[in-house]
Amino acid sequence: MTTTSHASTKTPIIAIRNLQKSFGTNQVLTDINLDVVKGEVVCVIGPSGSGKSTMLRCINTLETPTGGSIVVDGMDMTDLDLDIDAARTRIGMVFQSFNLFAHLTVRENLTIAQTKVLRRSKAEANKVAEANLAKVGLSEKMEAKPGSLSGGQQQRVAIARALSMDPDVMLFDEPTSALDPETVGDVLQVMRNLAEAGMTMVVVTHEMEFARQVADRVVFMDGGVVVEAGPAKDVIGNPQEQRTKDFLSRVLHPGQLG
Amino acid sequence: MSVPTASEDGRQTGPAVPAATATPKAKMSKRQKAKLSRGIQYAILVVIAVLVAVFADWPTLIDSFGRIDIATGMFPDVITMALKNTVVYTFLGFALGLVIALFVALMRLSSVGVYRWLATIYIEFFRGLPALVVFLVLGFGMPVAFPGFNLPQLIIIMIALGLVSSAYMAETIRAGIQAVPKGQIEAARSLGMSSSRAMFTIVLPQAMRIILPPLTNELILLAKDSSLAYILGSSVDGRELAALGRAEIVNTANLTPFIVIALCYLIITIPLSYLSRVLERKYGSADSGVK
Repeated sequence: MTTTSHASTKTPIIAIRNLQKSFGTNQVLTDINLDVVKGEVVCVIGPSGSGKSTMLRCINTLETPTGGSIVVDGMDMTDLDLDIDAARTRIGMVFQSFNLFAHLTVRENLTIAQTKVLRRSKAEANKVAEANLAKVGLSEKMEAKPGSLSGGQQQRVAIARALSMDPDVMLFDEPTSALDPETVGDVLQVMRNLAEAGMTMVVVTHEMEFARQVADRVVFMDGGVVVEAGPAKDVIGNPQEQRTKDFLSRVLHPGQLG
Repeated sequence: MSVPTASEDGRQTGPAVPAATATPKAKMSKRQKAKLSRGIQYAILVVIAVLVAVFADWPTLIDSFGRIDIATGMFPDVITMALKNTVVYTFLGFALGLVIALFVALMRLSSVGVYRWLATIYIEFFRGLPALVVFLVLGFGMPVAFPGFNLPQLIIIMIALGLVSSAYMAETIRAGIQAVPKGQIEAARSLGMSSSRAMFTIVLPQAMRIILPPLTNELILLAKDSSLAYILGSSVDGRELAALGRAEIVNTANLTPFIVIALCYLIITIPLSYLSRVLERKYGSADSGVK
């Protein structure tokens, strides 16, 4: 929350311009514009169906945009000549449902893309894997199979897996939404550490407290457009738009009518 | 004891019977009824067995199907040649079928429309054809249509069995691939893997666990389908079980060889179905660990 002013001065590491996405005739994103500078943590909030996950998945083109442009680290993600696989190695992604490779151990989950995609040696890949697993506090689970871990542990391994590629940017797609309440804290703590270490992060989340404390900027999306964006204390603490106010009153005071 | 009347009355006019005599068997509980019904079923089975034993013409039966001398005369050829050939044909056909099936399954799931159509046509075509027709076309039709088409018998059998089994296996493999959660591909792609690398290192190994038991079943079916090789006629040392059985029946004018080759098929298929069950226990219910 301290670093909001440099957004305008530095060139953005993620630049989204006029992004549009439709599935058939269903227009999910109408016109998204968003810049993220290096080291910034941006939390994207909004009601379900607002297009925030789709926007995130467009950044590494897991969903192909139907219009507009996305530039990440100087790479035009919509350029058909771009080596999309190489580009994706620089964009880490964490999913709501973890998506750890179920047939591999934690060690193999953390090393397989390092050795097969980045062509690192086994020894180097293992070193990186061990360092990142320590970062998420699960060093003792190196040889475990994902199925034997709790949801929170799986998500922390998934974060370590993404970090092992040494990405420039990390995307989080509702990382705590599929977790038991008591394991949410561990995952958020890992993300907090990551933010403090200077990682550029775009986080789609429903955790308002996390957004308030960690985000440099909060983006509120609804109906496929960015309704309001700004410092967390403004967007969450003092929203200007009626739609933002309605949404926040629903999530911050669930159970109350109106 | 007046058990029969008590139970009869219990059913019809329950309240009229004095409670003391009626309670033990007045009305049969569900469990008692099930017991009685099972007893009746066993009794019927025993009666059938006894009837068969009494009325069967044992001397004729044994003379037609159970001649020990004819059975022993089939050894060791029935094992060293026929059983071996059946196993060889089955595994060759299976290996070829598996390779074709993998290609067809991947085509069926391709984003390219033409591949999907071709794969669908292939599957529908070979799944709909009787194996016998495939053998006839390959063994007799092709050499007529293409005079140069003169493959060794072993290759023709392998191709025929491969084609027949591949259509079924392609569908099995496709279903297995589709059963792997989509998030696995997304995670692999987000780490920079190409779609084919994601398929071969992430999806297929997981799909294998799902499709191994049904593939074993396909192997059993194929072992039996390999008997159709006999219609191609063959050199003496190329005979598999069915061909040897037929030849022996003609030679001996006796049906005992059928029993011997039937037992030989069971020697192959029973271990396979045991294997299938083991695999199913091992992988079938395995926690995928996803979600």
